[in-house]
Amino acid sequence: MSIAWYLAVSAIVFALGALGVMTRRNPLVVLLCLELMLNGANLALIAFSRMWGNGDGQILAIVVMTVAACEVCIGLGLIVAIYRRHLPIDVDELRELQG
Amino acid sequence: MSAVLFFLAAAGVISGAIGVVVLRNPFYSVLALVFHLISLAVLFLLLRAEFVAAVQVVVYAGAVMVLYVFVVAYVGGESESLGERLRGPGPVGSGLRLGGAILAGALLVELLIALLGTGLEAIDGKGAGYSPGPQAFGTPAYVGKLLLTRFLLAFEVASFLLLIAAVGAVVLARRRGGLGEEGEGEVLTAAELLRPQGTGTMAEGVGRGS
Repeated sequence: MSIAWYLAVSAIVFALGALGVMTRRNPLVVLLCLELMLNGANLALIAFSRMWGNGDGQILAIVVMTVAACEVCIGLGLIVAIYRRHLPIDVDELRELQG
Repeated sequence: MSAVLFFLAAAGVISGAIGVVVLRNPFYSVLALVFHLISLAVLFLLLRAEFVAAVQVVVYAGAVMVLYVFVVAYVGGESESLGERLRGPGPVGSGLRLGGAILAGALLVELLIALLGTGLEAIDGKGAGYSPGPQAFGTPAYVGKLLLTRFLLAFEVASFLLLIAAVGAVVLARRRGGLGEEGEGEVLTAAELLRPQGTGTMAEGVGRGS
């Protein structure tokens, strides 16, 4: 398969993730959709890495995975903290920072 | 053979992603994401990234998703239907959500134009030459050598970032004592004088001296 097919799949996954981030209300699912966007970017990185036969893209993909793990860690910690304070688990209701 | 595998894995990747966005129950969304990640690992294997595929399955689909399942089981969160989501609360919410969907569609079109309409000629090829071997492209030996030589700084910074994230998650998710409950029935010991208040120590975690 040519590299273009992989890039098309990565674009579709990224756009689906963006759709989820913009339309879902549950912050847990918003985090999951952020993962989708990162995975789309990872697929593009690895496809380009294969295209040039250069390992730099794979290293960047591994670093992106690390950052995604950190983001999940902090995001889930925030969600647990929100739950502990009996606030609604809903990104539309959480508007304390809106000013 | 590789084309068949590609289409099977790509169908899995896209259907898993659709499942994450569409499914009502957050628990099922997590399971759809696991399916998506495993299919994505197959695509990585087809792109000769063996090590990254293994990391994807073991770390991502294994460890990170278990964390998600735990938090979903702990927090729960109400399930919402797609129609309810698109309608949203009031006319403003519904308009915003429809705008979000249109924006995502525009993003897809733009990305496809940007990625497939590039002037890169190699995009229609199958990639650079590849010869199997113990030190070949994408094997653990190859990736490890790159990580510990050219990308040593990125490696160390990433490990430091993981440390900061772990400490941050513990601080965020620790059990806090309420403001009104301070100082009732407290036995003052030397250890409590020495440690600062409200720092999320183990003693506070079990409910003593918060």
